[in-house]
Amino acid sequence: MTQPVSKTSVLAGMTGRALVIAGLVVIVAACLPMVLSSYQVGLVTEVLIFGVLAMSIDILAGFAGRTSLGHGAIFGVSTYVVVYATGQAGLSPWAGFALGVLAATAVASVFALLAVRTSGVYFLLLTLALGMIVWGVCLRWTQVTGGENGMRADVRPAALMSHSAFYWAVLAGAIVVSFAMWRFVRSPFGLTLRGIRDSESRMRSLGYNVPLHLFIGFTVSGIFAGIAGGLYAMFNNFVSPSTVALAQSVEGVLMMIAGGVGTLFGAFVGAAAIIVLENIVSSYTERWLMVLGITFVLIMIFAPEGIIGKLRAITSRKVR
Amino acid sequence: MSPRLVHWELFVSEPILTLTDVVVAFDALRAVDGVSLIVPRGQRRAIIGPNGAGKTTLFNAIAGAHPPTSGKIRFNGHDVSRLPPHRRAQLGISRTFQITNLFPTLSVQDNMMLALRGLKPKKFSLFGSPDPDDSEATRITAALNAARIAERADIIVKEMSYGEQRQLEIAIALVTTPTMLLLDEPAAGLSPSERSMIAEVIRSLDPAITVILIEHDMDLALGLVDYVTCMFEGRVLVEEPPEGIRRNAKVQEVYLGKPRHA
Repeated sequence: MTQPVSKTSVLAGMTGRALVIAGLVVIVAACLPMVLSSYQVGLVTEVLIFGVLAMSIDILAGFAGRTSLGHGAIFGVSTYVVVYATGQAGLSPWAGFALGVLAATAVASVFALLAVRTSGVYFLLLTLALGMIVWGVCLRWTQVTGGENGMRADVRPAALMSHSAFYWAVLAGAIVVSFAMWRFVRSPFGLTLRGIRDSESRMRSLGYNVPLHLFIGFTVSGIFAGIAGGLYAMFNNFVSPSTVALAQSVEGVLMMIAGGVGTLFGAFVGAAAIIVLENIVSSYTERWLMVLGITFVLIMIFAPEGIIGKLRAITSRKVR
Repeated sequence: MSPRLVHWELFVSEPILTLTDVVVAFDALRAVDGVSLIVPRGQRRAIIGPNGAGKTTLFNAIAGAHPPTSGKIRFNGHDVSRLPPHRRAQLGISRTFQITNLFPTLSVQDNMMLALRGLKPKKFSLFGSPDPDDSEATRITAALNAARIAERADIIVKEMSYGEQRQLEIAIALVTTPTMLLLDEPAAGLSPSERSMIAEVIRSLDPAITVILIEHDMDLALGLVDYVTCMFEGRVLVEEPPEGIRRNAKVQEVYLGKPRHA
């Protein structure tokens, strides 16, 4: 099919239809606390936070062709710093949050410096190893991180104490951050990342400094992962090494894949699918990890392009 | 005479490209072995020769992908021998590749945009609009027109025919408005009708652009150029206008693969 596809639909430009869909989704999301129990509102809050993490991974995986297994660590560094800054150092939650995002950005830029010259499985392994180092530090630096026991602190600002108030704050944050990421991947710079994904050698011959672009892309992605991590600190009021562990990175990547690599907003769908599944299934059976595994296998077989990717493929086929 | 005038005079009289004793060696193999070449401004030049003659290596030396091991390359008044590829591109050298190297999952328009912005600070715009501005749109349309694929701007590259992809290669090389265009086997692997399309595109390029062309197909190459350099085993074998090349015994010998020590 070589039918001309209009640019707006290809680039997910905010056309009328997309704007309506986005508006509806936001309205429905904003009304959720009125119909859900506070436990369920907590779950949806978690979905939003991890959706932002999965999106930040998608910036690299879906647009620059670099899948990172170190983003859980970047996310967790922010969580650690926010909890430490408010609990131990006695800063205000907002200052703590800013410091957390800053720390995550710094860690991401170090990761980026080391990883941008690699690609494929080497990139995967290098980011994994860097994440493991962060985890090791958090586990062993007991005086500061509390070691295996972790740290507890009342991070959440007083105004956001109730479940629904905090949910609305996170929703607002997620909307702003999602819009920023959407603009970012569509920007002239975002186009260069997609160019790198398609052909690095061509990009070089056109005069692009490929490692520099990947460095900027990785660092920006780290800012967003850091924002998610800071929100998670406020959500949980607690942090332990499992927050920076490899499992966290893997979960972020799985959410992104389940939603659809390169779809950006699919991250929220993937996060919802996994978190809801985890919580619902685990209340019925001890073997919920097995159910999760089987679900993944099924997604990979029947919708390797992810849930949103599959939906897009179906609707565009209908249109044609 | 003012010094400025002297400089200007030098500028017009100097050939656009001068190679002096260029050698490109890969360990013991001298793929390009002492090539000297002078290309006047605006000339259409073909470099022909059998496989392994060193044509593409010579291109890589000129474009900067593989700087020469020794020897000098002057382009448009600059010594470019040691410059990296993107600096040479800034000076006005543009090239296509023997093996199609495009961005397959992006649209033609996006391919052109990446080509155009490679040397511009706009590539670092993190949250800017994805659409081209007016001057960019004009240049993209001009290049697509020159390559005869203007009506395909919205197509995803992997959905185009191979011939169209070769045309896009040329459009990408043209969009930065180069002073010299290096075409590495632009018609390789194309059907006869696609070849004549490519020939037509090359023939109607802006005469101000100097074009150097590597081509295996002698008939196609000789019909397009003013002057031909035939290479063999890393050296220049013959330099002549197309009519002479057709009758040249040495050229026929290397093309027919006659044993050298016969």
